[in-house]
Amino acid sequence: MTTTHSGVTFAGRSTAVAARATDLSKVYGQGETQVVALDAVSVDFRQAQFTAIMGPSGSGKSTLMHCMAGLDAISGGSAKIGDIELTGLKDKKLTQLRRDKIGFVFQAFNLLPTLTALENITLPMDIAGRKPDRAWLERVVETVGLSGRLKHRPSQLSGGQQQRVAVARALASRPEIIFADEPTGNLDSRSGAEVLGFLRNSVRELGQTVVMVTHDPVAASYADRVIFLADGRIVDDMPDPSADMVLERMLGFSGGGNTSGSAARPRTPGLDATGRVN
Amino acid sequence: MFRTALRNVLAHKARLLMTVLAVMLGVAFVSGTLVFTSTLSDALQNTARKGFDNVDVAIQRGGSDRADGAPGARPALDQKLLETAAHLPGAASATGTVSGFTAIADKHGTMIGDGFSTLGGNYSPGPNGTDARYPMRSGTAPKGPHEIALDAHTADRGGYKVGDTVRISVDGPVREQKLTGVFTTDDARVGAGGSLALFDTATAQKLFAAPGRFEEIDIKAAPGTSQAALKDAVEKVLPQGTEATTGRQLADEQAKMIAQSMDGMKTGLLGFAAVALFVGIFIIANTFTMLVAQRTKELALLRAVGASRRQITRSVLTEAFVVGAVAAVTGLLAGIGIGAALRSLMNATGAKVPDGPLVISPSTILIALVVGIVVTVLAAWLPGRRAAKIPPVAAMNSVHATATTKSLVVRNIIGALFAGAGTAAVLVATGMSDGKVTMGAGAALLLIGVFVLTPLLSRPLIALASPVLRLFGISGTLARQNAVRNPRRTAATASALMIGLTLITGLTVIAGSVQQGIDKMATSALKADYVVSMATRSPLSPDVAQKLAAVDGVTASSPLRNSPSRIGADTEYLTGVNGKDFGRLTQLDFTEGALGTLDGDRAVVDASLAKFKGWHVGSRLPVTFEDGKKGTLTIGGIYQGNQVIRGIILDNGTLAPHQKHATDMQVMVKTAHGATPEAKDSLVKALGKNPAITVADKKDVSNAIAQTFTLMLNMVYGLLAMAVIVAVLGVINTLAMSVFERSQEIGMLRAIGLDRRGIKRMVRLESLVISLFGGVLGIGLGVFLGWAAGELVSGSLPTYELVMPWGRMAVFLAVAALVGVLAALWPARRAAKLNMLQAIKAE
Repeated sequence: MTTTHSGVTFAGRSTAVAARATDLSKVYGQGETQVVALDAVSVDFRQAQFTAIMGPSGSGKSTLMHCMAGLDAISGGSAKIGDIELTGLKDKKLTQLRRDKIGFVFQAFNLLPTLTALENITLPMDIAGRKPDRAWLERVVETVGLSGRLKHRPSQLSGGQQQRVAVARALASRPEIIFADEPTGNLDSRSGAEVLGFLRNSVRELGQTVVMVTHDPVAASYADRVIFLADGRIVDDMPDPSADMVLERMLGFSGGGNTSGSAARPRTPGLDATGRVN
Repeated sequence: MFRTALRNVLAHKARLLMTVLAVMLGVAFVSGTLVFTSTLSDALQNTARKGFDNVDVAIQRGGSDRADGAPGARPALDQKLLETAAHLPGAASATGTVSGFTAIADKHGTMIGDGFSTLGGNYSPGPNGTDARYPMRSGTAPKGPHEIALDAHTADRGGYKVGDTVRISVDGPVREQKLTGVFTTDDARVGAGGSLALFDTATAQKLFAAPGRFEEIDIKAAPGTSQAALKDAVEKVLPQGTEATTGRQLADEQAKMIAQSMDGMKTGLLGFAAVALFVGIFIIANTFTMLVAQRTKELALLRAVGASRRQITRSVLTEAFVVGAVAAVTGLLAGIGIGAALRSLMNATGAKVPDGPLVISPSTILIALVVGIVVTVLAAWLPGRRAAKIPPVAAMNSVHATATTKSLVVRNIIGALFAGAGTAAVLVATGMSDGKVTMGAGAALLLIGVFVLTPLLSRPLIALASPVLRLFGISGTLARQNAVRNPRRTAATASALMIGLTLITGLTVIAGSVQQGIDKMATSALKADYVVSMATRSPLSPDVAQKLAAVDGVTASSPLRNSPSRIGADTEYLTGVNGKDFGRLTQLDFTEGALGTLDGDRAVVDASLAKFKGWHVGSRLPVTFEDGKKGTLTIGGIYQGNQVIRGIILDNGTLAPHQKHATDMQVMVKTAHGATPEAKDSLVKALGKNPAITVADKKDVSNAIAQTFTLMLNMVYGLLAMAVIVAVLGVINTLAMSVFERSQEIGMLRAIGLDRRGIKRMVRLESLVISLFGGVLGIGLGVFLGWAAGELVSGSLPTYELVMPWGRMAVFLAVAALVGVLAALWPARRAAKLNMLQAIKAE
């Protein structure tokens, strides 16, 4: 399966798979202290689709992302980026894979304080020793609305702007897939909405594949699809979600009593849910 | 609060490790020095005291003019006085002694020992037929002019056994003596690695004094007689110009002398220890600054719940106290180990150190503890004050308080003022005739100024390296930016290295230049092909000069003969030369008059002496020669003196009638075909292949001068290496802290695709950049200060010329680079091994 972006019609949904987990397991510790974080999870992340992974704390959603992104080792099963099998890859190959095929947006500490915004955006390509594609870079910068701030250092940017730089960095090298780990966790609702908007635009307009971990139903509502995890298993798969649907589903978990809901409590829906859900 | 401080120390064990090590090294240096010197001093003093066991009262030539060799009749310590002393009431026995330089050749003809303490003396049998000072291990006492006894250590070194023939030399001619006995002795000089040869009394008197004369008479008290009582009795029979001293007094005097000579060594070593500790201060201050910065929130929380500023400062200082105390105790223990190890090391290298217990005085322990704790607490004082200034609200802020640029501005102004004033003072001092104090003060100011300015200098200087760093791709770029990220920290780290390299470079520049200057002066004034002298610089018999003059191929030769005289009220040494040949052997630079023909009452004087005395060409000097006869000398010329030739020079023909016992310091020789191996060979052969005499050509003279300087420099390098090692700890410390602080960034870099090698390279390059920054600053400052100090020297050394030690400087820069690479090993590994996920998640 080839995974070139050029020539893909963005309006339609591609059926090609950007990343795939098959019976993916992750076990921490041994013997009595053993914790099963992922229990034979199988899931496909389709190209040019915005997928959100949700679940209460301890459900394994971050672990799933880390394993899929080659940040953490897998205990069993298989994880593939495109047609590359991650299991068995040595650190060096994994690092190269992350560099060339994956983009990241973290909750915090996304940027190097010593580099300017532009230098941060081109960092993955600098690491690889590649020249960035000028036209593409300009388009990305424009899309995230950073044109006037490229020479600024992170400390001179607001939290929302910093996350937009992070999104631009993830997009700039045209990775096959972008993993975002609670990208709006540290932002106020306005900036959060902006960042989520850019992520969605990158999928719609640039044909990017994005997988986002979040516990915020509003954030999840920006996605094309939401996968729900609980106790290391996928318990639901919701296409075209709205914030209310997601919230309802989440409340169902805590009501079900199989997880402690306190840590997974979503943001108060009344404050920012309405009007932002497409 | 104490408990909080203690908890903090325990919590940051790893991060405080380098600080503890740095303080520990400094303290170990200090206490090692103290332990070693007091152990050595004690042991030497004990052996010295033992040497006076057989002496209750000693008669020596009188105190005031004992040593200066001024003209006049010498008081006689003769056989008659010896017998009178022996039969005094309260005296058990009396021994007359003479001693002097005696070189002993081993079986290959080279001299045993280093020449500092190669002695000869007399074996003086007491009533029981043996000399209590020298118990024989084998064989019998020497009798007659052709027999000799050697101390056991020397006999072993030379491979001699009783019955062998031993070649010796006292003042020039080689003597072949039969070895009749091997003895043991408590003599401190032998204990310290010297050699001692014994003759029978008559022979020793002839060799070292005059027939029938002693240099000292030692009297042993009869049982029941005190040293004081015996001294009173002796004083009644003392001839004019002699004095009696009790054995205890002599022992005390010698002990004091040993202690004094040890003090010099101790001060020198402690000076280097101080440098190491000073470097340590930077590391301590750095560490505590970083710890305080990392704990901003915690400290703000303490302030928010009611801790006062003073309590915060005190808690930081308490931490420093605990760290200092731990470091001081371990340092003291290490120092004791070093002291013990140094002694066995010295024994292993042949310099014999007398046995004795390891001396760990209470003052050593006290000094070590106080130094360690005070240095640490002092260095933590500023960070402690800074900690107290953290506002309580910082507990709520997510952003750590950063140093404002304003404080750097103030800092830069202060630094510029200091550096400017220092540079000005140094430059002014180079033009002054006696600028030592100004120069020292200027150098100190300049150093302080540069310390203060280092943060400012770090940016432009490190930016210079960016073209090279860019070759290493993103790792290089990140390394450069990380290096200038916290200018204060980079500056403190680099400064630690700078201090050592400034001293090393400065001393190298001065030593190299002075060496060249002295070398030029000594060799350019010399036309002679060879300079013949005793290996120990002790006097030669005139016999040597005569023998050399008679060698085939020698076209000119002249001894440099020394004779004390009195001119006016002062004692001056006259140098007698062969006036006929002198002009062909030297090329003196005459500032007034000329050498002309040296004979009769004509003399030439060196410029500095002439200036000091106000003498000019034509001045007539009334002189009292060493035999007391009076005469007049006329100054015919004034010349530039040097290391070899200086003072008042006149013809030996004029001097000879006044000398009873002529001795030469050196003999200059010119041969028909210049300095050739054959010529040297024939000279050496003419002197009977004497082990004690060196025949040196110009190159040998240069080499000898160079050797002294090399030895000195190597010792200084060795001692300053400690400061560099402490600086390495500082670089490790800074990098480890930086890696810890930036673990999230490093985790992010790893996540987005920088591999372990790239991370390692980034840390290593940062380390390299900081180290080279310190190295360049240190070498630059060192060259400047070396040049300035040289300008001072050049006043008294006209041939002085700045010699830039380019090769050495390259080596120093390479050392700085090596420091950077080595220091980064562990922090880089740590950075590469960081767990990405934890690093990203870490709060």
